[in-house]
Amino acid sequence: MIGALDLGPLWLTLRLAAISTLILLILGTPLAWWLAHTGSRAKSVIEAVTALPLVLPPTVLGFYLLVFLSPGSAIGGMWVRMTGENLTFSFSGLVVATVIYALPFTVQPLQASFESIGRAPLEAAATLRASGWDAFFTVATPMALRGYLTAVVLSFAHAIGEFGVVLMVGGNIPGRTKVISIAIYEHVETLEYAQAHMLSLILLVFSFVALVAVYSINRRFPLRVG
Amino acid sequence: MNACFRSARRGWLFAALALLVSLAPVGRPARAGTVLVAVAANFAEAAQRLAPVFRRETGDDIVITVGSTGKLYAQIVNGAPYDILLAADQRRPRLLEEGGQAVAGTRFTYATGQLSLWSPDPRAIAPGQGPALLARGGFRHLAIANPALAPYGAAARQTLERLGLWRGLQGRLVMGQNVGQVFSMVATGNAELGIIARSYALSPRNTTPGSRWDIPADMHAPIRQDAVLLKPAADNAAARAFLAFLAGDPAARAVIRGLGYGVGR
Repeated sequence: MIGALDLGPLWLTLRLAAISTLILLILGTPLAWWLAHTGSRAKSVIEAVTALPLVLPPTVLGFYLLVFLSPGSAIGGMWVRMTGENLTFSFSGLVVATVIYALPFTVQPLQASFESIGRAPLEAAATLRASGWDAFFTVATPMALRGYLTAVVLSFAHAIGEFGVVLMVGGNIPGRTKVISIAIYEHVETLEYAQAHMLSLILLVFSFVALVAVYSINRRFPLRVG
Repeated sequence: MNACFRSARRGWLFAALALLVSLAPVGRPARAGTVLVAVAANFAEAAQRLAPVFRRETGDDIVITVGSTGKLYAQIVNGAPYDILLAADQRRPRLLEEGGQAVAGTRFTYATGQLSLWSPDPRAIAPGQGPALLARGGFRHLAIANPALAPYGAAARQTLERLGLWRGLQGRLVMGQNVGQVFSMVATGNAELGIIARSYALSPRNTTPGSRWDIPADMHAPIRQDAVLLKPAADNAAARAFLAFLAGDPAARAVIRGLGYGVGR
């Protein structure tokens, strides 16, 4: 084990982050849109639920996922009947965990973007006989570009850095659930500091680049609302 | 006005002085009678039960920190202020002694660990059928501690290798960081079976006795668990007293044996 650096966990982590981010965009867009435009009283509650992963320790999420995704639970049991596999200790389970964990990092930037655009441009599009979908994709989405870029970078970066939840529901299976943060933890515990340093440096550089990207996005794409 | 201001200032001065005095260390008698013990996860239950016994006999307090032996070792090397390490192996205490973080000549084996294959389902493991059950493979996941991190994991691996099942089980093995996590994986039903420290199966906090196969000690190299006195506690009488208690006190030995550990020599 000492010697060559195993990059398997790195690729697995990138795959996990990419798939989770994609799912987050699909789920997060309508949610953020609704939050940006609703006058419902439920808004505060839904906003709070969305933001919970920001304040809860990963151990709480990990513990609940361990309980509610287990084969004996409703969700975990259904998954076993459908696929014949556990949801915990699987790559799919990690995707579920990551989507929950990174939800606020997708929804909040999108919601802010949608709110700053307001209704006016869409109403203008409607007077030009654009359908709702048409207006959303040709007017709202380009205007919310900054929000989308921020959401993608932050969600992806958080998915990469996730540790506590994966530690509890992953099971440390090489090629399936042994992501980079777990690999670093294991290297540290087995005194393989050289490998721990290499992987940590990769994460450090990646996180720095991601944050620089977010801040440049915020400078270079000022809100085009007028 | 001026005088009034001055006296107000004196008031503040007094308050500040009083605060300083109240913050000054008042002899700190606590240190002499408190032992910070870093405990490998498998021995957590035993340590928690030993603490009140030790307190009754000596009046000294035991403060327990639980972790995997590897993590505790790394913390100690990096300056964690523990007085004693109760490891799950012999290697880490020896390394600490060689590295000058432990007091030479204080190492000894305080317990020998035992493994059990365990399931919370009382019918899962029929008496005497442990190896057959593992060989048949009618389960999705078998949880073990990570052999790279935890001595109990290494022993679990040796057992499975001895049974000729290690390679065949690869797709179904899930790993916890220590036996404590393995236990939680099985107790929550995420893995049907787990190889745990027998102390977890015998713990009164385990409300689901389930079924188990006590893995014979000759299936793996003995899990000799060593204790060592750490450098910060070289002059800590209470810490030395706890080590002596652990090594020879009949009540302590009974507690340890009662949790499925081997004691002796």
